[in-house]
Amino acid sequence: MPLVLMLLLFAVEQAVYAADLFPTPEFSNHPIPQSQTPAPRPSWQEYLDLAFLTAALAAASFLAVKGRSRTGLFLLSIVSLAWLGFWRKGCVCPIGAIQNVAQALFDKDYAAGGMVIAVFVLPLVFTLFFGRSFCASVCPLGAVQELVAVRPVQIPTWIDHALGLLAYIYLGAAALFAATGSAWIICRYDPFVGLFRLTSSAAMLALSVGFLGVGLFIGRPYCRWLCPYGAILALLSRVSWRHLKIPPKQCVQCRLCEDACPYGAILRPTVVLSPVERMAARRRLIVVLCAAPLLIATGALLGFGMRSSLANMHPTVQLAEQIRLEETGWVKTRSDATEAFRGTGESVESLSASADKVLEKFGLGGCLFGGWVGLVFAVKVTQLSLRRRRTDYEPDRSACVSCGRCLWYCPEEHPRQEFIQIQSIYNMP
Amino acid sequence: MSHGESPITRRRMLGDATRYVALGGIGSLSAWLFYKQSGQAAAACPSSGSTCDECSQAAGCRLPRIWQLDPNRCIACGRCQTNCVLDLSAVKAVNCFALCGYCDNCTGYFPTKDYVLDTGAENQLCPTGAIARKYIEKQGGVPYFEYTIDESLCIACGKCVVGCRLMNGSLYLQVRHDRCLNCNECSIAVACPAEAFRRVLVDSPRLLSRAAQAAEEALARKRGASTNPPATRKSSIERKEEAS
Repeated sequence: MPLVLMLLLFAVEQAVYAADLFPTPEFSNHPIPQSQTPAPRPSWQEYLDLAFLTAALAAASFLAVKGRSRTGLFLLSIVSLAWLGFWRKGCVCPIGAIQNVAQALFDKDYAAGGMVIAVFVLPLVFTLFFGRSFCASVCPLGAVQELVAVRPVQIPTWIDHALGLLAYIYLGAAALFAATGSAWIICRYDPFVGLFRLTSSAAMLALSVGFLGVGLFIGRPYCRWLCPYGAILALLSRVSWRHLKIPPKQCVQCRLCEDACPYGAILRPTVVLSPVERMAARRRLIVVLCAAPLLIATGALLGFGMRSSLANMHPTVQLAEQIRLEETGWVKTRSDATEAFRGTGESVESLSASADKVLEKFGLGGCLFGGWVGLVFAVKVTQLSLRRRRTDYEPDRSACVSCGRCLWYCPEEHPRQEFIQIQSIYNMP
Repeated sequence: MSHGESPITRRRMLGDATRYVALGGIGSLSAWLFYKQSGQAAAACPSSGSTCDECSQAAGCRLPRIWQLDPNRCIACGRCQTNCVLDLSAVKAVNCFALCGYCDNCTGYFPTKDYVLDTGAENQLCPTGAIARKYIEKQGGVPYFEYTIDESLCIACGKCVVGCRLMNGSLYLQVRHDRCLNCNECSIAVACPAEAFRRVLVDSPRLLSRAAQAAEEALARKRGASTNPPATRKSSIERKEEAS
């Protein structure tokens, strides 16, 4: 028998695709079954998710702007966490949809699905009108961090500002790698999705535990300093039509909201500057504005210089490099990837040609990414040099996630919410 | 709230203008994305030339896309077993019965080394015993067996696929969509060394190897028009490959 088998194996090598090597027999009393294909998830489920997202966004916006209910927002965030997080396993989410959109914008062979586009756009529109209500109680990643923030401490403003830049850089990097078709880094390094699926690799588990552990004492570390979608929402929220307001009528300048906010999102009233200080501030602004183009140009140059190391994220470039190393004899062992490539029968020349094309894309992409990082720094420094006059404590529209904690602390809010029994402080003489 | 009461300031006007410009930007972005999606759907159309109204599968073109593994590229390396985000992978081995030889000494069932024709667990190639071997009948003194995969036991290690490729190659790996979470970035696709994963339309979720495709079509022809096989639609990638 083994000898027969050996002969057969030899025959197989002779004719790789000879399908009738062993013809399927015709049985007297046994039909050949059809291999079964289980049905995919019905598409009405996606529409249900979209309906939930819309309803949750509307509810969160109402609770933040009109209802002013921290309890409501908190309960809604638990519902969202259960639905979008644990039931739907956190996919597809608006944060990850950035990559679908970026790739659809730049890659002519890729188009984002209708559901992904809707999931990406809906929270943007709601943010333009009502502030970051998505972050408040719809996003499952935000919700899980909101739940664990039990002992939040205040972070020095300069650390908050500096780390906040990371989100914009991450956004740029995610867009670059998605647009070039290299990798979807937001999904790959999502620290909480493993929690929703109750399974993850050891490294990602460590990251999840790390973020949750830090989140006990530092409110929403991912949202504030890393979330690329939060970065977009922060920009849009600046010009939102309505936004959560802390005092219902008049601010009594008690500072309680500032102490209560775990996210450093309350702006203090400004102090009046002396003419000398004002002159110095103005001079600083001029210097910063002049330095901005320099920052952008430097960033673009650095990004262009880094193009080949950035391009290493692309699987084709990696494969071409591996093949090159094997062809030149630097690497003796062959990997599965190179074996698979050789199995397809494509030529090494065409592979290195497509790798070169990717590298070319990264020339422009690296330039744009570097320029973006430069722009982010320039805008931040300019923003720090600008002074706005404020007389009251206000939520910082870009940083505020409308969690509503401050509403629990505002003394003006207490009688309105009937936390304390005063007839009406507004009607007092 | 107090919007109506405050006087119109330059700052507020700028804010309003920026808001509506941003809204217009988002609107045109999504319009363009939807336009591109419908363009791609048209490219994947099975009956290009005729209008959507005439086509019975018109609704299918705009359906969502899901991950599938192309058996023509798959090297059955076993990464599907370990890289899926699910504890038990969404990928399973499937037998294409139309291509299967119903061999007694199946190289997908028995190991080729230290080979004993005995169905004891130690003699099976499958580490979980997920392949059921069932005697069918004897023809010309040769016994024939049917090999069916118990998907609840299959772990997508691909050992049987590698073994079967020595013979007919009827066993192949497929993403099972009743289990697949359809992640935005499939983590098996990231790990796949052969770049065998791609997105297919939700109404034609199966990808067959060329041999299996031919065998299924031949079987369907043999059976006649009484049992129509499910229409296998070519994806846009395949159409492009054929065109070039």
